[in-house]
Amino acid sequence: MRPFAYERAADASGAVSAVVQRPDAAFLGGGTNLVDHMKLGVAAPDLLVDITHLPFDSVEHLTGVGVRIGAGVRNADLAADPLIRERYPVLSQALLSGASGQLRNLATTGGNLLQRTRCVYFQDVSTPCNKREPGSGCSALEGYTRYHAILGASEHCVAVHPSDMAVAMAALDATVRVYDPTRPGGERAIPIADLHRLPGDEPQRDTVLERGDLITAVDLPALPMAARSAYRKVRDRASYAFALVSVAAAVEVDGDGAIGDVRIAFGGLAHKPWRATKAEEALRGGPANQEAFRAAAQAELADARPLRDNAFKVPMAANTMVAVLRDLTEARR
Amino acid sequence: MDSLVTLTVDGEQRSLTLDTRTTLLDALRDRLRVTSPKKGCDHGQCGACTVLVDGRRVTSCLTFAVAHEGSEVTTAAGLGSDGALHPVAQAFLEHDGFQCGYCTPGQICSAVGMLDEVDRGWPSHVTEDLTAAVELDDDEIRERMSGNLCRCGAYVNIVAAVRAAAR
Repeated sequence: MRPFAYERAADASGAVSAVVQRPDAAFLGGGTNLVDHMKLGVAAPDLLVDITHLPFDSVEHLTGVGVRIGAGVRNADLAADPLIRERYPVLSQALLSGASGQLRNLATTGGNLLQRTRCVYFQDVSTPCNKREPGSGCSALEGYTRYHAILGASEHCVAVHPSDMAVAMAALDATVRVYDPTRPGGERAIPIADLHRLPGDEPQRDTVLERGDLITAVDLPALPMAARSAYRKVRDRASYAFALVSVAAAVEVDGDGAIGDVRIAFGGLAHKPWRATKAEEALRGGPANQEAFRAAAQAELADARPLRDNAFKVPMAANTMVAVLRDLTEARR
Repeated sequence: MDSLVTLTVDGEQRSLTLDTRTTLLDALRDRLRVTSPKKGCDHGQCGACTVLVDGRRVTSCLTFAVAHEGSEVTTAAGLGSDGALHPVAQAFLEHDGFQCGYCTPGQICSAVGMLDEVDRGWPSHVTEDLTAAVELDDDEIRERMSGNLCRCGAYVNIVAAVRAAAR
């Protein structure tokens, strides 16, 4: 491992200037992804600026406005927050389906968002990978692709974003707040749908953030329909595994049985949490039945381009989405 | 690059100068000779290195020691008091919750941290109603202990030990 200096940041401004001044510096949150990547030789910062002592460690519920989740709030604490469990169950469920109890105690909200979009070849420095070494080639395209993307991939990268939390936040239309003293209020806001990127011809860039950008919080809008929301994750073993496919959804059914509003996002399918806008559009105003759910899933997945080992993800994604919507709408009646 | 770190390990304050690259696990084992946390995968996947940091269970292999200045670290060896085993450790003995024992210190620390999470009312992935009180049945124990692997496959007795300790 490359030697590195360590600083414990006293405030956001100091943390940002320390990282901006040094091209190979990195923020250190819970470290569950970064420390692992440093051991693997995938990441090699020469300065770690520890941001876990900054005052971004609370979940603030503002009635009628929504929730502000500090970037330093640990995944375990966010999942257990009583009002998140009650008002945004999809978020608690997503967090609880990710990693293990030990990792959730370390991992932070900001760090979970900024964990690398990755695959086994990205983490194996003996193999070519365009994300790790731009231009070196993609080993997955000719290799093992069970876990890889079926939507929005490019010829340069077919890795998927592994977060469960971010999928729920995508469905909830969260906003990511980034420290920016040049803006009024000292922060700028990025809709979560715009935070993560598709790989295109720059797979080395997972997000739109620039060097020194520090996430301070994630805001959830007040969304009464989210009280009836759910996350379902399909994986190769029952616990502590990445998603093959996951679905976050919230549905609102009108008095006459039609779908008033619906939010759906997929995990495990793309380089970023995949907001299913086509499926939502197909469902809004229509009936809440299985035929409609299936047609909407097919509309969303029409552009799917499975790889050698993951054609199963197309029906699995559709079936999971149908099942989640069925559970949510049946429970309501 | 060297850094001075002070930790309280199993109740005893320990100061040491270490390379910033030293994980908490390596600091405990190789520098402080506190060898109850074990190195299994060294990537956070097996849980053999689990310790309690300020009362919360974490994988000590995935965190640098330097980031824990001033923290209180409890390993499986530091759990008991007055020469008596901690009730969770005692339950592992009584229920034969191990074969080779390599994963056991991590299993015990994880179980202690997990039971505290249950006491605080934290739900898990298998909790049906997120807002109801947690009933720690075997499915809950298995899910909540999924970050700890046992290559001997002593899971049946590990679940029994945790179930007994929870009573």
